[in-house]
Amino acid sequence: MVFYVLKRFFQSLAVMVFVAMICFVLFNYVGDPVDIMSGQESTQEMREALRERLGLNDPAPVQFVRFIGNALQGNFGISYRLKRPVEVLIAERLPATLELVLVSAVLALGIGIPAGLYTGLNRNSWLSRLILSVSLAGVSLPTFVIGILLIYLFSVSLNVLPSYGRGEVISLGWWSSGLLTATGRKAIILPAITLCLYQMTLILRIVRAEMLEVLRTDFIKFARARGLPNRVVYFGHALKNTLVPVITVTGLQLGSLIAFSIVTETVFQWPGMGFLFIQAVRFADIPIMVAYLVLAALFFVIINLVVDLLYFAVDPRIRIGTSQTGGRR
Amino acid sequence: MNTYPNLIKKGRHGVLKRILDHDIFYSFTRSPVVVIAALITFLFFFTAAAAPWLTPHDPFNPATLDLMNAFKPPVWVKGGEWRFPLGTDNQGRDILATILFGCRISLVVGFLSVILAMGIGVTLGTFSGYVGGWMEALIMRAADIQLTIPAILIALTVDGIARTALPREMLDHAAIYVLVVSIGIAHWPQYARVTRSGTLVEKNKEYISAARIIRVPPVLIVVRHILPNVMGPTLVIATIGIALAIIIEATLSFLGVGVPPTTPSLGTLIRIGNDFLFSGEWWITLFPVAALVLLVLAVNLVGDWLRDTFNPKLR
Repeated sequence: MVFYVLKRFFQSLAVMVFVAMICFVLFNYVGDPVDIMSGQESTQEMREALRERLGLNDPAPVQFVRFIGNALQGNFGISYRLKRPVEVLIAERLPATLELVLVSAVLALGIGIPAGLYTGLNRNSWLSRLILSVSLAGVSLPTFVIGILLIYLFSVSLNVLPSYGRGEVISLGWWSSGLLTATGRKAIILPAITLCLYQMTLILRIVRAEMLEVLRTDFIKFARARGLPNRVVYFGHALKNTLVPVITVTGLQLGSLIAFSIVTETVFQWPGMGFLFIQAVRFADIPIMVAYLVLAALFFVIINLVVDLLYFAVDPRIRIGTSQTGGRR
Repeated sequence: MNTYPNLIKKGRHGVLKRILDHDIFYSFTRSPVVVIAALITFLFFFTAAAAPWLTPHDPFNPATLDLMNAFKPPVWVKGGEWRFPLGTDNQGRDILATILFGCRISLVVGFLSVILAMGIGVTLGTFSGYVGGWMEALIMRAADIQLTIPAILIALTVDGIARTALPREMLDHAAIYVLVVSIGIAHWPQYARVTRSGTLVEKNKEYISAARIIRVPPVLIVVRHILPNVMGPTLVIATIGIALAIIIEATLSFLGVGVPPTTPSLGTLIRIGNDFLFSGEWWITLFPVAALVLLVLAVNLVGDWLRDTFNPKLR
């Protein structure tokens, strides 16, 4: 068990180092930072002085170590375009994105799992068919198209929900929350639905497929033969055994919620990190791009790690399996 | 059951006969949804290829545009004209014409990026599968790492790097190639994984040993003997890959980091039209949206069907 956790941990570390290396190359060699930071009228001496001050004359490994050190302290330099420290910009935007992602994740799980269970248990009811055909739309429509259609329906035609921004926010220390005000709650509805629809569909489909598979196994028949009530068979026996693939898919999908929040935030002009990132890509603002990538990679790695560890909690077979093979290796 | 005697009686041994008798064609004709999807896909290919001859308008030549024609609604709405069946946008461009030309760019980017992803993935996959050792470990670890990060983020990053590295004036002309490269790089791991596992199976078979014994050079073994045997599944993922690539292209263009508005793809058209959604000119954005959805849905359905038919495990 300890061996397995350590191995996973080092793999995650390797991913982070890899991402850091790409970011470092991006930071130092794509476009000359001195060119971008010094003005038009700067002399050769001033540029050399700046180069020396930024440490760009040091050997690459020294610079790389310094880059990692700075990144660990959350220091990513100053945005080329906005002329403010990147970590401050990110910290301002982080709550908006995380709130959106969390609400979407809750929606995706809260609707996806019950709907998947229902369609798995009642294969032929008309409601299942309806849910499945709606879910087909969820898979094949691109995120931004869903956003536009929702805006057209609820903001333009019906005029009941706001189509941009976060509404009123209340700051709690360094965190700013829109969930505590009425306008903020109203503003998050459309973006959250847009963001969660695809993930919800995937979760629904995997839960349904797994349920169908498990319900065919012998131990379910045996449980039925023992005269257990349906409730116990479905939720105590069947659901438990579908959890491993469901957790895998859910975990990975949470990661892509963060990536797709870039799209949703642009459609709804949500003042989050994704919006910041896309502007950075548009205007070649490398410090922001680098900071966002490092942060996003960190989220993915943490999510993957948590998913791997959750297997232990959920599936005793894995616990026993690794402790046996782990000793041999 | 009695197709065989029939074959002899009629004496039709042509390619067409073989296709028509094949069980894949049979399963094709048995699923009306797939037939319709294939027809729609074909229609999109055809109209995109023949766009300049299908419409009297040239939406990308500013000289032919007249601002007097701007914001015309579709024909069936009051104020619409038959000259512009689906209405016009803010610059007086015919929406139908821009959609036809936009599909062209979307399809070109979709195809080229899938070809690129396949090229990188298949090369690295067969190579690492055949050679093995630390090279294989390195390539496959890289693929694993990349698969933990969503493709759209990879594409955005590569796109961002290219936009930073290229000079401004080159960017507009190179935009399509930048997109192809970013989407291609974002999708190679799937192809690498599939071809690698195929190669691992094939390379221990007798015909490969025989080729080795008569000293066929390793490169030729991979290209001539292994590659044809591992390409089947790859082509199937490629079909679904085209739909994915079209979606990512549209998304990037919608986000304003794809093809420029001077030569718009479907995504760019949707982005332009999105600004007018609130002022009531819904047709500028909703028609390109409909075209995109229809295209992606059709390609996806064909791809799903191919996957189900060619994968005996699922049959």
